[in-house]
Amino acid sequence: MKKVIAQSEIDVNEEGYLLDFQQWNKKIAEELAKEHNISLTDKHWEVIDYIQDKYKNEEPLSVRGIKNSGVLDIKEFYGLFPGGPLKVSTLIAGIPKPKSCI
Amino acid sequence: MKNLLILGAGTSGTMMANHLISKLPKKEWQITIVDQYKTHYYQPGFLFLPFDIYTTGQVKKNGEKFIPKGVNYIQEKIDLIVPEKNKVKLETGQELNYDLLIVATGTKIAPDEIEGMKGPKWHKNIFDFYTFEGAKALRNKLREWEGGRLVIHICEMPIKCPVAPLEFAFLADSYFRNKGMRDKVDITFVTPLAGAFTKPKATEALHYLLEEKGIKEVTDFNIERVDYENDKIIDYADTEVAYDLLVTVPTNMGDALIARSGMGDDLNYVPTNKATLQSRDYENIFAIGDATNLPASKAGSVAHFEAEILTDNILLYIDGKPLKEEFDGHANCFIETGNGKALLIDFNYTHEPVEGTFPFPGVGPLNLLKESRMNHMGKMAFRWIYWNMLIKGIHIPFVSATMSEKGKHFEEIT
Repeated sequence: MKKVIAQSEIDVNEEGYLLDFQQWNKKIAEELAKEHNISLTDKHWEVIDYIQDKYKNEEPLSVRGIKNSGVLDIKEFYGLFPGGPLKVSTLIAGIPKPKSCI
Repeated sequence: MKNLLILGAGTSGTMMANHLISKLPKKEWQITIVDQYKTHYYQPGFLFLPFDIYTTGQVKKNGEKFIPKGVNYIQEKIDLIVPEKNKVKLETGQELNYDLLIVATGTKIAPDEIEGMKGPKWHKNIFDFYTFEGAKALRNKLREWEGGRLVIHICEMPIKCPVAPLEFAFLADSYFRNKGMRDKVDITFVTPLAGAFTKPKATEALHYLLEEKGIKEVTDFNIERVDYENDKIIDYADTEVAYDLLVTVPTNMGDALIARSGMGDDLNYVPTNKATLQSRDYENIFAIGDATNLPASKAGSVAHFEAEILTDNILLYIDGKPLKEEFDGHANCFIETGNGKALLIDFNYTHEPVEGTFPFPGVGPLNLLKESRMNHMGKMAFRWIYWNMLIKGIHIPFVSATMSEKGKHFEEIT
């Protein structure tokens, strides 16, 4: 489905995740973050860069990966993206939600 | 004489030895396979062992039986891979040189990764069922357990056979029903993901199973520690889930050998090209099965499909030709839903499991993403197929290494 955000039109799934990473930009991320009552700080951007990097290299994303990344510890990760940090951070970063096989 | 060395004689390694022995010229190539363990386990059977559906004897055999004649089999522990020198060191001090290396060292549970898990209550009221020892200890516990809160839990992804925990929940429901004590057992499924099912089609088609069986879900739960003194698991958001019996799938990690050799990622998996199965760092090293970091399921069926493509690629590599970029992440899994029924799913990197028929388009006899007795019989027959065909590298008729889109109800191709 289509969604208009930050003066651009993006394609998203039922849960609001971007379907095409090419459509993502920083303005969109800021608006998506606002919808989750998050105002993006430098630390948020560091995390977003890290998970986008993982996604581009097709490496699985996990809470452990975050822990070992040296970017931040897990409590901080929860603090930055309350209510399911991987779920929320991937949505803002414009990449798919972590999934299982079914 | 050139040397092809396979590390690990599990499902993947054994299949590769069987494929390659008939393909590589014997005068030019010596194939060697190394594994520290004598026993080859039928790992899908670990799901059934706790419920007394399989016996211990049905899930293990002597591994050497499945290594073909002409392959040099060494039962020793591997100390180190030295890729710069094309050499593998064994614990005995013996060194093996290779021209071509296949890493098939699999994945293991790492309960030490979570504080309090492998403590005094390990295999007392905290169990895994991903090892023979864990599944057997859990069987003994279930035989005498009088009921209470059963919590089935996944620590973190990726795990081997991602649906096994859910199958465990379904089988537990049947097991306690058959024992006439279902009313004494409260079953909760705890996952770090957003749901027990995470893909839209599967959620739509299958969520009823949880409701029908009265299985509760706790989602987005990233475990921080086990409070074994108070029988609770606690996550990073300080959510607590209390249990009387915890059946957990600990963190899965690649073999410590991979970390020691400096060849792994965060979880000791080997960075591998997802279409060719060549390792990303060394052109004469290939990886297969659970040992890779591929974004595919860690499952025997995936290893089976990979093995067919890897065999072709090894032959192409030896001839100095470009590798086939053919592996598409194909997986094909039976999912037990209890009461003698099962589902079948067929999917790959880009296509989620959908409804349809398998393996013959429009005919079946197996139905995709629907519960049936036929699918359950398929899963039961699979143990025979595993020991007699799969690990021997015999092609399973009508099932191709890459996924077929025929006979399936795709709405859109992503």
